[in-house]
Amino acid sequence: MRFTSYQTGEFYDELFEAGGRPRTHAQLLIDTIEGLSDGQLLRYQRSVDRLLLQMGITFNVYGEKEGTERIFPFDLVPRILPAGEWERLERGLCQRIHALNEFIDDIYHDQKILKDSVIPREVILTAASFRPQCQGLDPPRRVWCHITGTDLVRDRDGQYYVLEDNLRVPSGVSYVLENREVLKRIFPKVFEGLAVRPVNEYPSRLLEMLESIAPRYVDAPRVVLLSPGIYNSAYFEHSFLAQQMGVQLVEGRDLAVNGDGVFMRTTKGLERVDVIYRRIDDDFLDPEAFRADSLLGVPGLMSAYKSGKVALANAPGNGVADDKVIYAYVPDMIRYYEGEEPILPNVPTYLCWRDQDRQHVLSNLDKLVVKSANEAGGYGMLVGPHSTEAQRQEFAAKIEANPRNFIAQPTLGLSRVPTIVEDHFEGRHVDLRPYVLYGKEIYVLPGGLTRVALRKGSLVVNSSQGGGSKDTWVLA
Amino acid sequence: MTTPTKPLLSRVADSLYWMARYIERAENVARFVGVNLHLMLDLPSEEKQWQPIVDTTGDARVFAERYATASQDAVIQFLASDETNLNSIFSCIRAARENARSVREIISSEMWEQVNALYLLVREADTQTADALPSYFHEVRMACDQFQGVTDSTMTHNEAWQFIGLGRTLERADKTTRLLDVKYFILLPSLSDVGTPYDEIQWSAVLRSVSGFEMYRKKHGRISPTRLVEFLVFDNEFPRAVRYSIGRADRSVHAITGTPTGTFSCASEQRLGLLKSELDYGRVDATVASGLHEFLDGLQVKMNRIDECIRGDFFAQWNLAQSQVQGQSA
Repeated sequence: MRFTSYQTGEFYDELFEAGGRPRTHAQLLIDTIEGLSDGQLLRYQRSVDRLLLQMGITFNVYGEKEGTERIFPFDLVPRILPAGEWERLERGLCQRIHALNEFIDDIYHDQKILKDSVIPREVILTAASFRPQCQGLDPPRRVWCHITGTDLVRDRDGQYYVLEDNLRVPSGVSYVLENREVLKRIFPKVFEGLAVRPVNEYPSRLLEMLESIAPRYVDAPRVVLLSPGIYNSAYFEHSFLAQQMGVQLVEGRDLAVNGDGVFMRTTKGLERVDVIYRRIDDDFLDPEAFRADSLLGVPGLMSAYKSGKVALANAPGNGVADDKVIYAYVPDMIRYYEGEEPILPNVPTYLCWRDQDRQHVLSNLDKLVVKSANEAGGYGMLVGPHSTEAQRQEFAAKIEANPRNFIAQPTLGLSRVPTIVEDHFEGRHVDLRPYVLYGKEIYVLPGGLTRVALRKGSLVVNSSQGGGSKDTWVLA
Repeated sequence: MTTPTKPLLSRVADSLYWMARYIERAENVARFVGVNLHLMLDLPSEEKQWQPIVDTTGDARVFAERYATASQDAVIQFLASDETNLNSIFSCIRAARENARSVREIISSEMWEQVNALYLLVREADTQTADALPSYFHEVRMACDQFQGVTDSTMTHNEAWQFIGLGRTLERADKTTRLLDVKYFILLPSLSDVGTPYDEIQWSAVLRSVSGFEMYRKKHGRISPTRLVEFLVFDNEFPRAVRYSIGRADRSVHAITGTPTGTFSCASEQRLGLLKSELDYGRVDATVASGLHEFLDGLQVKMNRIDECIRGDFFAQWNLAQSQVQGQSA
């Protein structure tokens, strides 16, 4: 397969310049792909699809029959980031995560940022993800966002923007590791020639971070990963990470809490747990503290956490900064807590609770992307240019009824990467989710999940909405 | 600094035990049905029987509720692909995979891939075409055997592995007992008579149903009902014999608790030990003379009791906490 008829179109292409010449950092890859014998790449692609199914690397789709599993499509053409570009992203992410952590700690303590009127108090108090239960809490090392999966996008001009921070329970890192394993087998020569930075240290870094937040001094703190179980859409990842770290995967029913701490039920009795990497949302974590109808959680977990018997990652309550209205204030937070200008800009955001913004949004629904403040996964979203009149009316009504719950952003022309479509390459839109760990220090995994909207023209990259993934190469 | 042995979650032990039981169950059903298909080709039409196969699985009542007659098609559908029959090959493999999925980080990737391949095999299988059936049942058996091989050669023989062995051997002992119970009484009357030319074929089929024909021949030569009972119940070397299986289960449970053999620290060990000595010191002649059916029935009851004890000794902690959790049932 060749790139001769490949069109970059009016978008920023990650591998090709506007004139159709490969970018310098992509030249070797393009040459290698074009050097493959006829049909070879397609044969690789088919065998990879089959392999993913055989290996059972699948995710569950909500709203379909229980237990419906699909593979997360993986496109063989990677996205490549040159060293300089990555270095800037890395600094920007460290700055942003640090400021966000300061903000969360401040919000649950003195609320200086509200007293100084940088962010309106109203906005915080009306955020669904603000947890009064966390007021005054001191998590180990004062870290609230241990694992973050920031979503970045690139507009037509090649500029990166932060789209979402994903502080709560970000997923997808297992695909980063699995995709890399597959591509190393397919393009070994390109890896040698390009000095692609490895990603496989992630599980050790994650474990190290989790051990560093153990609340009591023990030689080998017991870390577990708390999963909602096999019907959760990210179950594969939970089990993969537990396996890679060599820690136990537990479900809520495996844990019990008493005055001394949190214990897991084993064949030989109860065993103390020190750190819980929880992949369950705040709402379902503890029926005594949050939603009483949760069967997934552990009764009493929050009180054990509050009294310092166990550490939780991520810290409950940190989702307050994930609220899409509060997101709009992150650049201000960076200036306030760090005394610096943000390295990575936000996407310009209209807040519908402001009258002027709302008027603008309502009269430009066909041009904007509207999002509800508290949803993820591509749900509760309107992509204006791709919407119908009926959908726009529906959203207009929703916005009028609850302006606080909606924001709008200009429709970005996300950058594209050549993607295998039937027997040739076409450009498809991508985003980028790097993973950031925060324990003793802040660490950014050199790589990330590149999600790709496989449907022609689509801007929605979520796995639940027809998205796939690509390997992401950060060059040394 | 040495890392202490990782404790095993009760839920995980439960899933491993049932994963193994379901795989073994599917393999047995595949073998019973496969052998019977083969046997039917050698028998005149009035001798063709499918009901006994259903009886062997212990699901005769469920079958009667759903199917009018025990025709070949009906029985094969019920045992191979019926999703509503929880003991069909399809259901067993699906359940084994669900259990495997919930303990994926405990078992080896090879085991997971094998059970996943088995699932794809039964999910995509065509059980409607009669000609495809013999090779289908053969494939299922081989894939189940492979799972066992992969389990033994890729997973550390730790506590988790012992629970797999425990599930497998108890299921195996149970199925051999049932098969013998059903077949023995169908065939016995004709044996005391002159015997039809089909007796030998029928008895060979029983042995083939546990993959034991060749091994029996090596040990006992001519086929006789008493020797056959001795082979399937009291043999200490044949892997599907009840005594052998119970001996293995006994070893597994001692490896789990760390209690020396010959002593006990929990109900599972005590009952397994009792049953083991009964089989170690039992004699086939006395058993047949005093009534084989009663004896086999007794074995079944004891094995069910052992299953309950295992549940109580090792898995119960979470079952008690979640009384609404549906237990998996034998």
